Amino acid sequence: MMMNNRQPASLFSVAGLALASCLMLPSANAAAADEQYAKAARNYDTYCVQCHGINRNGRGINSRDMSVQPRDHSDAKGMGSIPDEEIFQVIKEGGLSVNKSVLMPAWGNVMSDEEIRELAAYLRHVCNCGSSK
Amino acid sequence: MNRYLLAALGLGFAAGPALAADGNGAGLLQSQCISCHAITKPESTSLDRLWERKGPDLYYAGSKFNKPWLEKWLQNPVRIRPAGEFYTRHLKAGDKEDVVDESSLTPHPKLSQADAEAAAAALMALVGPADLVSKGAFKGEKVSMAMGGMFFGKLRGCGACHMAKPGFGGSSGAELYTAGERLQGDYIYSYIKNPQRFDPRIWMPTLNLAEPDLQRLTGYILQLSATEAK
Repeated sequence: MMMNNRQPASLFSVAGLALASCLMLPSANAAAADEQYAKAARNYDTYCVQCHGINRNGRGINSRDMSVQPRDHSDAKGMGSIPDEEIFQVIKEGGLSVNKSVLMPAWGNVMSDEEIRELAAYLRHVCNCGSSK
Repeated sequence: MNRYLLAALGLGFAAGPALAADGNGAGLLQSQCISCHAITKPESTSLDRLWERKGPDLYYAGSKFNKPWLEKWLQNPVRIRPAGEFYTRHLKAGDKEDVVDESSLTPHPKLSQADAEAAAAALMALVGPADLVSKGAFKGEKVSMAMGGMFFGKLRGCGACHMAKPGFGGSSGAELYTAGERLQGDYIYSYIKNPQRFDPRIWMPTLNLAEPDLQRLTGYILQLSATEAK
């Protein structure tokens, strides 16, 4: 069964509710995560989903015929190898700016720097990983 | 009824038969189209509006479309964007990758010939702000299809989101093998140059192309249509 990560914070919230009977803290944290990442998740669903997929796994609808497959954002190991500043740069200025694929376009004309920073933080939430570099 | 059903095909009319038998296309737009389309420039350009709108903006339709295509399409509408509009509303997870949730898409109503001609005439009168589409920007020079194809595919990655031929390419953007029939060259040029001038939150990125590349890409897309038609 494929997990739908489209609103991972919401799933986390469900998990948090299940635990709430024995521990209130996870639910509260999940609700906070929902609110914290809501705007970034909306941007992801608008711009990133077309290639990176509704499950955030690199299997977007456009990925079928792409010569270079989009990054799997749920891959903790792969995402963990990318420094925070590179994530920001690749979103803002595109794949070529970090010697990666031209198929990753620059979104700096669509999203503000603040939105891109929020999106980068959201990606860390999705992969459940920090940067190892 | 899916409130986004009309967006699936790019234009939305909820028209009955011969609504504009008197030739009052402007009245038809006003009474039948504005529930899904903006025929005047919208005040809001927010992301929320992008998510809430039911169909593409038409306030600059006269600077975008070719009238003969409009007349034909309105009588026999077919899907232009493989995943509909707004694409992200029409996706579901597939076995390998996301696929179009066809159940969320509904065919666009057909207009009678009289209504289609009246509506097309009214739409062509909606030219939008004078500085939106750069008149005469596309120089109309023939381009090499081999060079254009390489630029479209490998060098700029347009094929990631758009289909240059039926059945191959991306689905979140409009098919482009019919663009030459549908669209004006100056519109294609202006839109590629800066999609956010048309809609600040649209999901097509700005590629920051140099002038020769804008000319080449516009020419390729227009010729692509002619090539596919053979």
